[in-house]
Amino acid sequence: MLRLVPFLAILVLVGPVAAGLAGAALPAFGYLPALGGTAFSLDPFRAVFAAPGIWTSIGLSLGVGLTSTAIAFLAVVLFVAGWQATRVFTVLTQMLSPLLAMPHAAAAFGLAFLIAPSGWLVRLASPWATGIARPPDLLIVNDPLGLAIVAGLALKEIPFLFLMTLAALPQTDARRLTEVTASFGYGRTAGWIVAVLPRLYPQIRLPIFAVIAFASSVVDVALILGPTTPAPLAVRLVTWMNDPDLAMRFQASAGALVQLATTACALLIWIAGERFLGRLAGPHLASGRRHANDGPLRAASAGVMVLVVIAVALGIVVLAVWSFAGYWRFPDALPGATTLANWARQVPGIFGPLETTVVIGIAATVIALALSLGALENEKRRGRVAGSRALTLLYLPLIVPQIAFLFGLQVLFIAAGLDATGAALVLSHLVFVMPYVFLSLADPWRAFDERYATVAKGLGSSPTGIFWRVRLPMLIPAVLTAAAVGFAVSVGQYLPTLLIGAGRWPTVTTEAVALAAGGDRRVIGVYALLQMVLPFLGFAVATLVPLLLFSRRRGLAA
Amino acid sequence: MGRARRFFLTAAFAGLVGAGLGGVVQAADAPDPGDWQSVLEDAGGETVYFNAWAGEARINDFIAWVGNRVKEEYGVTLVHVKIDDAAAVVSRVLAEKTAGKTEGGSVDLIWINGENFAAMKRQNLLMTPGWADRLPNFKDVDVEGKPTVVNDFTVPTEGLEAPWGMAQLVFYYDSARLPEPPRSPEALLEWAKKNPGRFTYPQPPDFTGSTFLKQALIGLVDDPVVLQKPVEEADFDAETAPLFAFLDELHPVMWRSGRAFPQNASALRQLIADGETDIAFSFTQSEASSAIARSELPDTVRSFVFEDGTIGNTHFVAIPFNANARAGALVVADFLMSPEAQAEKQKPEVWGDFTVLDVAGLDADDRALFDDIDLGVATLSPAELGAALPEPHPSWMVRLEEAWTKRYGAQ
Repeated sequence: MLRLVPFLAILVLVGPVAAGLAGAALPAFGYLPALGGTAFSLDPFRAVFAAPGIWTSIGLSLGVGLTSTAIAFLAVVLFVAGWQATRVFTVLTQMLSPLLAMPHAAAAFGLAFLIAPSGWLVRLASPWATGIARPPDLLIVNDPLGLAIVAGLALKEIPFLFLMTLAALPQTDARRLTEVTASFGYGRTAGWIVAVLPRLYPQIRLPIFAVIAFASSVVDVALILGPTTPAPLAVRLVTWMNDPDLAMRFQASAGALVQLATTACALLIWIAGERFLGRLAGPHLASGRRHANDGPLRAASAGVMVLVVIAVALGIVVLAVWSFAGYWRFPDALPGATTLANWARQVPGIFGPLETTVVIGIAATVIALALSLGALENEKRRGRVAGSRALTLLYLPLIVPQIAFLFGLQVLFIAAGLDATGAALVLSHLVFVMPYVFLSLADPWRAFDERYATVAKGLGSSPTGIFWRVRLPMLIPAVLTAAAVGFAVSVGQYLPTLLIGAGRWPTVTTEAVALAAGGDRRVIGVYALLQMVLPFLGFAVATLVPLLLFSRRRGLAA
Repeated sequence: MGRARRFFLTAAFAGLVGAGLGGVVQAADAPDPGDWQSVLEDAGGETVYFNAWAGEARINDFIAWVGNRVKEEYGVTLVHVKIDDAAAVVSRVLAEKTAGKTEGGSVDLIWINGENFAAMKRQNLLMTPGWADRLPNFKDVDVEGKPTVVNDFTVPTEGLEAPWGMAQLVFYYDSARLPEPPRSPEALLEWAKKNPGRFTYPQPPDFTGSTFLKQALIGLVDDPVVLQKPVEEADFDAETAPLFAFLDELHPVMWRSGRAFPQNASALRQLIADGETDIAFSFTQSEASSAIARSELPDTVRSFVFEDGTIGNTHFVAIPFNANARAGALVVADFLMSPEAQAEKQKPEVWGDFTVLDVAGLDADDRALFDDIDLGVATLSPAELGAALPEPHPSWMVRLEEAWTKRYGAQ
């Protein structure tokens, strides 16, 4: 039975994935009969590469994806290395996790309003300190180099990678390792990097890949913070896909494949970087230098984390302020008038969508968890089997741009007569939820110290008993984290919900995005907060439950 | 796994191919608006899924009001499917066609115009034969005075969509910061040179941004008549040379020196609200008044149009070729054109969208509905708006957007 689970996962998910890919690949080569494309050709690709500034767009996607991920990774590693098992660490852990609940677009929006020349920081300092009555004409947001978008993405990636690191940490035996390195006289940071990082890194590698894939193909954040002349590739792709001229679908589909190649290229560059750094670091690590004096580095790493928390928290505050704002003139630090009208208008209609969001989210998350656990447990019992390796196909939805992918998915569901049903909607969410759940769970699960299972076996426990009574309880932080991430992903789905659900299943997010199209910051504020509530609850459960469960088993709590 | 993957790819491929062939199957007979009584009978009890842009709460509230009225009057249930871009709906209908779903489609009515309509018409994604001009309330539509109600961006509608509102490009400014706004492209350029960084426009191919290009082109071209014909019949480079010379001069004195552009009309409005720019524009005549009512803009904001007029067009509702509740969709489209709905929609506190009807030709009771409307402080009266200039042929927009992107979109 269990051995069928990987194949079940593939059956349920690879169909949609393949259909989604075919939906992007066939039109990319000129084939889409509904639009009169019946012969294969390379013209769509020629059109893509003839687009003005296309190489700048591709370069931006690569650069933004790699830079933001590298910054986030460095920040997380240095902070965990320098501060693990300290009070500062515990406090920041509790503050960083909730930040994950903030939708990307909302975080980007908050940051944009903080740093823009007419933003909150300038308003707070004007006119008393700056002397200005009109915002200066400075290109800060949407800068051509993409610094603003790199910052915006790093802000969201740091909490994500941090959470992934926390989930993996218990499998590294970090506490004892750092005690050993400390006894050898290594500084905190250096000791952790020498002893723990090599064990930890393989466990967070897939999440890092997911982050690179996301950052190199992100649309909503890029629209708010990214350059516009030209924009990163994914944004241009969406413009083509949404072009009223349906013939542009061919070029858009070819663009989707170019995006796929760009993302793949970003991943390859990262992997090459891993090799290069690994080779470079080897002799250095073996040199025995202790780097005992890491005080400034530790201070800096904590400083970065505090800055992230403050920036995102200020973003949330600013959204909250906007949601109660009347007219808010520049350079007033606060709105001239406050009102409940923005909330009063939105809240009565929100309960139906809220309920749909919860039901669909829980269904998709539970199925994703069951399939992931089944596949991983099967792998444990049977060693690596083909079915498990095939599961890497599940990651495709993460690196294929959603807007290109969905068309084929839609065609599949309609052809199967399933579209607009709740089951189809759950399944379409599952396609995007499953990879995140699986990658959050896979590495910690695989890193589980098998000696526990061996001991349990020696005490007469069956494989099923080991799963329920040893592995699952010990890995509960990773399981809950995976569930919270999966639930948040489901809550955030806009296009699949709209397109596969045929508009029959309004959720908090479909309402939010539709209303945000009007660009009213008050409405955006209200919905960003409403959208945060559900994922926030999910992450709260994932953080608090292990604390309760492990309150008398401190050795398990990293 | 290799085999499984090949199998699925093949299956998906076959599905797409087969579905493409299925697409030629004829759709079921459309209801006949000529026999209105039977349309009404069929419509009773139907649920109409109206896919409409939902970016403004007031518009959503109006659609909810329409839902209540058609429920009371005709027993039709109207569901507003809230979307952020009509392209998503076009995509859905296209996916249904690709999958061979020629009836029982998920979209019954779409809010649409311009290029989206032209594309759906060209790809046979709309219900045929034409029905809009045979609806009972179409008799009151001002076809003479508002030719755009049957010519959507110069493309003949052929009854494939029913008009329900008039739009015209309207500029607005904060009178507290700018006493007298510039009322022609040349005056705008002069003003921008004296006030660098205080004007911008949404980045084409955004719809509002492209409209600004067309508006400037109409004002700068030698003879605007060439714009009414397909671009292939004109010398594009020669006709647009004055426009690009104008933009070359304008960009360096624009917001962010033309190195970044706002995304769309609402981002443009936000810039004025933040005090970053002084002049903005929109395709909704009541934009300024309604933004003041929402506390988005100060109450010193006023509207204006160029001396030689501004581009105007009409927005419509269309029914996809495979709509499920066709009779119900016809009934809703007809109700949207009724004097009752048109007058309600024109009230600034409701929406402020101008009517497609010939108000002078209505009977006294219906006319009174319109006469009682107070347009709001920052909305121009129809007389102040002046005659709307016709949209250029859609092919001009495509070429303009391409040329613009080449010149300014990749720096």
